[in-house]
Amino acid sequence: MIAELGLAALWLSAALAVLQMVSGALGLRDGASPHALYARPAAVVQAFLATLAFFLLLYAFAVTDLSIKLVATNSHSAKPFIYKLTGTWGNHEGSMLLWIAVLALSGGLLGGLERRMPEKTMSATLMVQGFVALGFYAFLILSSNPFERLRVPAVEGSGLNPLLQDIGLAIHPPTLYIGYVGLSVAFSLAMGALITRQVTPDFAKVMRPWVLGAWVFLTFGITAGSYWAYYELGWGGWWFWDPVENASLMPWLAATALLHSVSVLAARDALRTWTIMLGVLAFSMSMLGTFLVRSGVLTSVHAFAVDPERGAFILGLLGLYIGGALVIFAMRASSIAEGKRFTATSREGALVFNNVMLSAILAIVLLGTLYPLLTEAFDVRVSVGPPYFNPAGAIFAIPMFIVMAIGPLLRWKDDKPGRIQFEAAMLAAIVIAIVAVVAVLGDYAILPLLGLALSVALAVAAFLPLRGRNIRRVPTATWGMVLAHFGVAVSLFGMACESAFTSERLAAVAPGDTTQVADWTVKLESVDPVAGPNWTAIEARVLAARGDEEPTVLTPQARNFWSPPQPTSESALITRLDGQLYAVIGDSAGVDANGKERWQLRVWWKPFVTFIWYGGLLIALGGIVSIVGRLQVDLKRRKAKALGDARRDDLDELNGGDTLPEPAE
Amino acid sequence: MRLAYLIPLGLFLFFAGLAGYMLTQPKEQNVPSQMIEQPLPDFTLEPALEGMPGATKADFVGGEPRLLNIWASWCLPCIAEAPHLERLKQEGVEIIGVAVRDRPEAVEDFLSRYGNPYSRIGADDISELMLEIGASGVPETYVIDAAGNIRYQHIGDIREETVPLLLEKLEEAR
Repeated sequence: MIAELGLAALWLSAALAVLQMVSGALGLRDGASPHALYARPAAVVQAFLATLAFFLLLYAFAVTDLSIKLVATNSHSAKPFIYKLTGTWGNHEGSMLLWIAVLALSGGLLGGLERRMPEKTMSATLMVQGFVALGFYAFLILSSNPFERLRVPAVEGSGLNPLLQDIGLAIHPPTLYIGYVGLSVAFSLAMGALITRQVTPDFAKVMRPWVLGAWVFLTFGITAGSYWAYYELGWGGWWFWDPVENASLMPWLAATALLHSVSVLAARDALRTWTIMLGVLAFSMSMLGTFLVRSGVLTSVHAFAVDPERGAFILGLLGLYIGGALVIFAMRASSIAEGKRFTATSREGALVFNNVMLSAILAIVLLGTLYPLLTEAFDVRVSVGPPYFNPAGAIFAIPMFIVMAIGPLLRWKDDKPGRIQFEAAMLAAIVIAIVAVVAVLGDYAILPLLGLALSVALAVAAFLPLRGRNIRRVPTATWGMVLAHFGVAVSLFGMACESAFTSERLAAVAPGDTTQVADWTVKLESVDPVAGPNWTAIEARVLAARGDEEPTVLTPQARNFWSPPQPTSESALITRLDGQLYAVIGDSAGVDANGKERWQLRVWWKPFVTFIWYGGLLIALGGIVSIVGRLQVDLKRRKAKALGDARRDDLDELNGGDTLPEPAE
Repeated sequence: MRLAYLIPLGLFLFFAGLAGYMLTQPKEQNVPSQMIEQPLPDFTLEPALEGMPGATKADFVGGEPRLLNIWASWCLPCIAEAPHLERLKQEGVEIIGVAVRDRPEAVEDFLSRYGNPYSRIGADDISELMLEIGASGVPETYVIDAAGNIRYQHIGDIREETVPLLLEKLEEAR
């Protein structure tokens, strides 16, 4: 029953998406059709049904309903309960269903709650939203039906990829999806505004919370994903410039640029076409990511369910939405006035500069990710790695960080650089002092060194906008910006320290032997077999002590899952304020001279590495604070408006119904 | 309509065309190469890590035909081809590696994780040999006969079905 109900809910949702699209389109005509009223309710009911479908699949996974093909191929009755649940979205079909459920839910929120825009723009937005949703329903129902039954129920499921049996999976994909989908709402809004030529500050204010929300989720998802890869893969790295990682980074870069440009549009009525372009770009990047990941056109360490046929379907959707959006953009963009002017040395100027820098970094990442696809068309297979991404990205990241430090200090519209010369000089002095001191202390690569110096300057600069202001009267949204910018500094500090100061030791040690890494003494005590619910492993008992302190016990494991069979490496970590000790146990390395068995033990000391993820969390938190701040202001304004309306009505009554002249603004 | 507004559409159409074309292409390719039947250029490469010899042209001369494998620890397809190189080694083939733009720690790391099929590994820090033998990317594998001539070039990662092909080419190069 569950599967049939779920499928029925999906079909009904798809039908409602058609209604939403048609009704939205009717709302665009002059003298709107009475049927235009259906767009909003269609979005709300659709949200309910699509969410229901997702929960039905969740239930099927929870009870391990082996008559459903997806459950049988991806789950197992002996799997821990929490991973049965998270397994719902640990596969292609389930993750697409999650995607569509979130899409419908945000469509419902938009249709149900948003009343600030002109009704025509809203109709156009809901039309686009319905059109986008329809494509994904078609994709899900026609080529990736999650509720497909097996004619004969399976006796036992075949299990979930053990790398995915981790709490990381509970967090990382859903947050990223919510982020991607939030960008689809921004896309619909941008198209709605473009179609009805209503690219106004009001529209920007409606769009901003969606962009901010999507961006918070993306930031959090990428941060969680990076940490998950760091401890789960056992490679000791936190970013690999893998196509799938890039696929999540590119929408983030576009969303970051969009977030700043939409703020300029809301505050100053400038950057109209640029904001629309970024709205299209951000969603294009999330769809492009979906395409690259699931079509198998690129080689990646992330093994997704790869299928060229599905790839063709997604490419078709990509062509339809992005191609269509860009055609409309090309036709309409010139009819949108460019908006207010400003000089280069103004806050808008700094924001535009950093928008361009972010777009350039996005282009670098996009080129590096797609380059193998391009050369492969000429029968040449290549892999583009850190030797390209790091320096090429840094060329644009370094000026961006500098402008990011100074930009928030500038005034809107026009400012004299001389006014902030003290702050600028102080920040420059910090950078120069740190580069000089660290360069004298040791021999480090230039990029980490610059990153380190810039991170400290940025950390100081993040708080400068608060200088000379009454702390209690600073708007909440400004606190959000301060937090997020400080988070960037913290994260950059972590990255720079990790790449400059990491010590690594790979040793073949027998139980009883010790090895040294940085100021840590690491002793292998014993290696024993252990067993878990669906795996067996060899577990090393390692004593790690820093200097003369009491040793801490670490238990890294080399696990073998038996369903499906696959080895994984479970790292063990000691987290300190100033860094992390990271230990991995490898294979047996033969016997030593005394006949004792030796094991490969790999230990890293990574100074301040955790700051990378603390910074990511701070950035996301800054976004949340900003949303709260914007909502507060909005609620206050609504209340004031309601109060004003009521007062006017009272006055009208007093004046015997004569309307008073509208006060000029 | 301003022409500049058409640029994003143009770029997108180019990408969509490329991606669409690539989706229709079979993934396996065995590419005939310009390098066949030409002698290896003279080169001397420092060892890519401590404890293993580096590589020179002289290492390819005499004895049996060998494989020259161009790879890097930062290259993802190289991870995919590692088990197949291991199989070639088990078949008795001598494989000389050239690590492109790499660091000794990273090389050591890669080998300890994915196995070491190489008899020697030279460090090509500035893609010098790579350019000279006309390799356009990483990974690539060359069949070199006992006289030091390039007999066959395989572009891209070695897959399961490439192993017998390479063994055949090695046999032909005797």
